[in-house]
Amino acid sequence: MIVAASHPIGRSLETVGAWMLGIIWMLPLLYAVWTAFHPAIYATHFNLLAPLTLANLEAAWQAAPFARYLLNTVMLVTLVLAAQFVLCTLAAFAFARMVFPGRDMLFAVVLLQLMVMPDVLLVENYRTLVQLHLADTILAIALPYLGSAFGIFLLRQTFLTVPQPLDDAARLEGCGVLARLWRVYVPLARPTYIAYGLVLVSYHWNNFLWPLVITNSVTTRPLTVGLSVFASTDQGIDWSIITAATLMTSAPLLVAFLLFQRQFVQSFMRAGIR
Amino acid sequence: MRRETIHAYLLLLPAVVLLVAFTHWPAITTLIDSLYATPHGTRPPPFVGTDNYEGLIGDPVFWQALRNNAWYALATIPSSILLALIMALAVNEALPGRAVLRMAFFLPTMLPMIAVANIWLFFYTPDYGLFDRVLAVFGGGRHNWLGDASTALPAMITVAVWKEAGFFMIFYLAALQTMPTDLREAAALEGSSRWNYFRRVTVPLLMPTSLFVLVNAVINAFRVIDHVVVMTRGGPDNATTLLLYYIYETGFRFWDTATAASATVVLLVIMGLAAAFQFGVLGRRVHYR
Repeated sequence: MIVAASHPIGRSLETVGAWMLGIIWMLPLLYAVWTAFHPAIYATHFNLLAPLTLANLEAAWQAAPFARYLLNTVMLVTLVLAAQFVLCTLAAFAFARMVFPGRDMLFAVVLLQLMVMPDVLLVENYRTLVQLHLADTILAIALPYLGSAFGIFLLRQTFLTVPQPLDDAARLEGCGVLARLWRVYVPLARPTYIAYGLVLVSYHWNNFLWPLVITNSVTTRPLTVGLSVFASTDQGIDWSIITAATLMTSAPLLVAFLLFQRQFVQSFMRAGIR
Repeated sequence: MRRETIHAYLLLLPAVVLLVAFTHWPAITTLIDSLYATPHGTRPPPFVGTDNYEGLIGDPVFWQALRNNAWYALATIPSSILLALIMALAVNEALPGRAVLRMAFFLPTMLPMIAVANIWLFFYTPDYGLFDRVLAVFGGGRHNWLGDASTALPAMITVAVWKEAGFFMIFYLAALQTMPTDLREAAALEGSSRWNYFRRVTVPLLMPTSLFVLVNAVINAFRVIDHVVVMTRGGPDNATTLLLYYIYETGFRFWDTATAASATVVLLVIMGLAAAFQFGVLGRRVHYR
């Protein structure tokens, strides 16, 4: 971003500064990776020639039912993603392109959730789900998050940018509400779905407090809660194994991000989340 | 009723029912519950008026949670936003290794907070941890970062900033990349300095992004306590008890749901005031393109 011709020394100072910040930012993760892939004694003794090992990962995988936790997390994330996409799309379309009494009032009510998030209301939501006999189920982890003001708002903004003539053309060809939505709006909103989907997946893959409160058994616990149970119980201070488990639980998301990095940033820009 | 009206209501029904059931309705019942005693057994709890709130006011731990949360918010919000802006400006330029840098800044965001907490727990370990080992090189002594009431909260703040700054960077980066280039050319023709351009053009154009980021940063300062649960459990001596952790502990460790409800009302009021300030006062000063 060169405005007036700037000094080459100033430029290289900036580069050095940016890299120093980058190295500080990377250090914790690099250190964690180092610890996870080396025998325990090297966790505190840095040595470039230390032997690499997968034993920590194996030990961690054996020590707790991580396969089951992973399955739970995948089910949870799939459920939230599918339900939110459908529900938010329907609601966003109504707010964007339909005229009905009470629209603005309802929209304001929906937007309140941007500030008051379900995470804060865990005591009451816990009580509700116990009354519904749903406590300790994957559905219970997902339920408070299935209606999302952010999702509705984001999709509504996107739908508003769809040219009205396209919609009219579809209507003339005899398309009903759902057909217009499916054939015209959803395809044009693809970048928004990708960006929002990634945000959603990472949010719910990483969510911890509410699942901690509402789950109580191996068959429902997501990875985050499983990891905390594992790290806080009998592992003592075997940092190599704890770090290995930590990386293991985050790896799928990190790999997905590395693979889709470019699309991710681009869809953010195209979705106009800014 | 008109057909379109019926269709609209049908489209809205599922999302609105779920939203109300798990956000608006519990917010209202929290307020009601805060006026009753904690239910025991099947008897309906007696109405106690403002007793729960008086209990809160008399509880030094509650006040400490408020103070801690205020410091935590005051420290994490500006520093993570400022760092995010610096990061975005850095990786928006054509400097060597840009892709790696961008990744370095963003990766912590993709990790679960609980994983981040585990990693940092190790760094803060006395003697063995990264911090003590780096300090030892410079002749520093042993320090129990999380066990000392004076360093525990700053330690949590550091973790939060490390995790959050990269997330906000993405929003700034997206905004910077869609900024019109003709402004920069015009500024260059006029011989404007980079700093001047940044202050007079970049910062004002980033205002909507800054407002969005600020709103998120404020919410997160009151909403995310995963690291407290994992790293310190509010200790030592309540030095890291944040407001939501106080609610979690009274609600689910001591099962004092009435006190938890009144503390939740306080939290909701704080978040509501913050929202009103941000949209009412700041929102009016932001010029959208």
